[in-house]
Amino acid sequence: MARDSQAALVALNRFGFGARGGASGDFINAASDLRGFVKAELARPNGVLLEAPGLQSTSQLGQAVFAYQDQVKQAREAAKAAAPAEAPQQAPADQKPGLRRNLSLNAVATEIAGQMAEAKPADNAAKPESMQPNIAASPAAKPAPQPLNVIQKTFRAEALARLQRATLVECGFTERLVVFWSNHFCISASKGELARIWAGAFEREAIRPHVLGRFADMLKAVEQHPAMLFFLDNQQSRGPDSRAGQNRKRGLNENLAREIMELHTLGVGGGYTQEDVTSLARIITGWTFAGRQGQLGVPGSFVFNTNAHQPGPQMLLGKTYEPTGLAQGEAALADIARHPSTANFIATKFVRHFVADDPPPALVARLRDVFVKTDGDLKALATALVDSDDAWRAPLTKMRSPYEFLVASGRLLARVPEDPGAYLNSLNLLGQPLWTPAGPNGFPDTNAAWAAPEGIKLRLDVAAQMGARLGNNIDPLDLLEFAAADAASIETRRTIERAESRQQALALLLMSPEIQRR
Amino acid sequence: MIDCVENRLLTSRRGLLLGGASFAAWAYLPKFARAADGRDPQLIVVILRGALDGLSTVAPVGDPDYAGLHGSIALTADGAHPAIMLDSFFALHPAMPEFARMYRDRHAAVIHAVATPYRDRSHFDGQDVLESGYAGPGRVQSGWLNRALEALPRGERVSSGLAVGPTTPLVLRGNAPTVGWAPVALPQADDDTAMRLVDLYRHRDPVLASVLSQGLQLEKAASGEDMKRKGGNAVAQMRQVARGAAKLMAADDGPRIAALAFDGWDTHANEGGPVGRLAFLLGGLDGALAEFESGLGERWRDTAIVVATEFGRTARINGTDGTDHGTATIALLAGGAVKGGRVISDWPGLKLANLHEARDLKPTTGLRSVIKGVLQGQFGLSDRVLAETVFPDSAGARPMKGLVG
Repeated sequence: MARDSQAALVALNRFGFGARGGASGDFINAASDLRGFVKAELARPNGVLLEAPGLQSTSQLGQAVFAYQDQVKQAREAAKAAAPAEAPQQAPADQKPGLRRNLSLNAVATEIAGQMAEAKPADNAAKPESMQPNIAASPAAKPAPQPLNVIQKTFRAEALARLQRATLVECGFTERLVVFWSNHFCISASKGELARIWAGAFEREAIRPHVLGRFADMLKAVEQHPAMLFFLDNQQSRGPDSRAGQNRKRGLNENLAREIMELHTLGVGGGYTQEDVTSLARIITGWTFAGRQGQLGVPGSFVFNTNAHQPGPQMLLGKTYEPTGLAQGEAALADIARHPSTANFIATKFVRHFVADDPPPALVARLRDVFVKTDGDLKALATALVDSDDAWRAPLTKMRSPYEFLVASGRLLARVPEDPGAYLNSLNLLGQPLWTPAGPNGFPDTNAAWAAPEGIKLRLDVAAQMGARLGNNIDPLDLLEFAAADAASIETRRTIERAESRQQALALLLMSPEIQRR
Repeated sequence: MIDCVENRLLTSRRGLLLGGASFAAWAYLPKFARAADGRDPQLIVVILRGALDGLSTVAPVGDPDYAGLHGSIALTADGAHPAIMLDSFFALHPAMPEFARMYRDRHAAVIHAVATPYRDRSHFDGQDVLESGYAGPGRVQSGWLNRALEALPRGERVSSGLAVGPTTPLVLRGNAPTVGWAPVALPQADDDTAMRLVDLYRHRDPVLASVLSQGLQLEKAASGEDMKRKGGNAVAQMRQVARGAAKLMAADDGPRIAALAFDGWDTHANEGGPVGRLAFLLGGLDGALAEFESGLGERWRDTAIVVATEFGRTARINGTDGTDHGTATIALLAGGAVKGGRVISDWPGLKLANLHEARDLKPTTGLRSVIKGVLQGQFGLSDRVLAETVFPDSAGARPMKGLVG
């Protein structure tokens, strides 16, 4: 049994998002049919799609940003026109707090909140629902918060939908695949307002439909998505000899072309040259999205702008691509997707993510062969991973990323998030701000990144706060049972048993190797 | 998860940090039927989680067996850090001068050799019994203070303006609505939790042990604290929470009934005597009581604070200059409403034969009787309500008379 339990831990943690608490029976289900538990989700490709009320398409969201930007501009101009006439308003004179007596509770609470926290008052909306007796904070306690704009609202709604899905799914293998591919083809919300509002839609539209489909299809969907075109500047790129290039003295931007080859497909050293980068950049000139005026199409949707496209045939990776407009680039991408370097690069990254920082070469080779033989069938790739013995045999040495840690904690505590605020804040704190990696290479995927001194200390602080907030309501030993059953070490069990409070016990449980490693 | 770090710049580790403490209050002003005598009674319940060593806090220095049992950490009435004699038999820990002053002014009292009905030694279950008010653990998700409030007439609501605290202690949870307040939202894990985790990692995950240890040292360096000052942080936290809570309660429309919890009393190793780990914590508690006194102003006159813990610790120190989980301990009362200046105890003695299971101070007073006495004195709750609703099936535990009023 001990052996099966250890394997169940692999099923739950290496491939999934960890066992759910409550009556899920996840651990037992995983232990009784290890591979079946993980692979069940692979049979339901539609289950990977994410639709939730209120989530809009990329073009709708683009239009919302354009409208919002227009509003802001108008308001600014109106303010500028009105400003010179009025003297700046005098702030109310400061009273000495010491002289005040018998203030209303409201005033005291506001005053205290201001004095005490460098950080802002608690985000009440993230308050767990099981603590109902405690009344939600009234906004009066805070300095009146700015209402969220459409971009912030959208970002939070997208985040919430993703978090709820990850919390609720059974094993979570396909959600882990979504996170993997989304990070592989990452954009960063910090690029600008369009990137921020599009971050969730990008994942829903370009990643999810292909997570159990073909790599080439995902590649095309990604490189033609307005979010990626915006993130890597391709909407600014013009063929030097195109009409737009000639007229406006603008030219190539190689950014997207380089990252397609370096980060999305072939990998560094994958056999391409600077010539190839420039060539691919020319090939995909004209790949853009329609702007606010909608001259090229529906604002915020992908369009091929012939006027910006470099005319003529192009040589890429030893092959000539005839001038067929949009099809020229699509043909190029299809070939790159099929390139042996791509198979190798993807297989290595995939195994590194799921199995070990130093991916076992035999397993990489096997997945590479599957990728090649199936012409990049990502479901076959995922299946081959789960079917391999290597993926089960390797010890659980990988550190959970902050996102995986937080989602696993929410699942174990059986708490479906109703507000993304607590998650988003914790992800910021722990160095993995949602959909906002520092560069186009995405978040790192090794222990060197996540098992770092400050990061682990902060993770402990987050765990302690979860303990303080939720420890009251749970039995930490029950949770250990849900999470690891008899795969839990004696030391972990003892540490939890001997904790001085439920709060402390929960913090220690969440920080235990059984939860942190996968 | 962290609630309020929208901006990564806010992750400074040197901000005002309050962990290990929580505060919550009743959401209504009670309409007490006591307008006749002009009193405006206030009640604050302070839960010390982790099991307070009562024998080190109020030491029976007059008991001939005390010094031997408590060994290296025993308090004495002389020496560099003399304990403060409360009477000819009991001495107060020197880290608590404020409580000593209140005691001299007859606004503070000690109940010794007290315990809940719980006789096992699990923190979780012990706290559950302490706060739920039931005879055993795991019975309900509501606390005795909340059920007492339900029995009071409600006045105006006072929820406006209070932010939500990280947690409501079980003692105040239940049907009667409460509000909470969290002084800050970026608390750090306390040192005790961190050390326990380092210990677990040392056994199970050496890499993480080393990484976390480094992180903790960085933390110390950043906050300008050296490792010796362990506990200093907790002291500031306790005062801070009490100061804020007192301010809120002092408002005209502020709550009159509140509960807070302080963590960290599980002193298994290096507990310390007149100075050391427990001394730091007691200093924090003492400071918190003083903050309530000054912050409540005129309201202090009608205030009773009850300080209680889930159980006590072993009479004899263990092999690591600490104490393990025990049974009877102390409860403290403080406030202008308290009829103080006395240690209330039916002292069982510390002879081996007199110890509970030959290891713990034997309980001779029921904590429920003490609390019932306070509730009755402050709010006039009847014997029946106390015995049936507040502390179900507790008719045997008669309210202790004359504690407050």
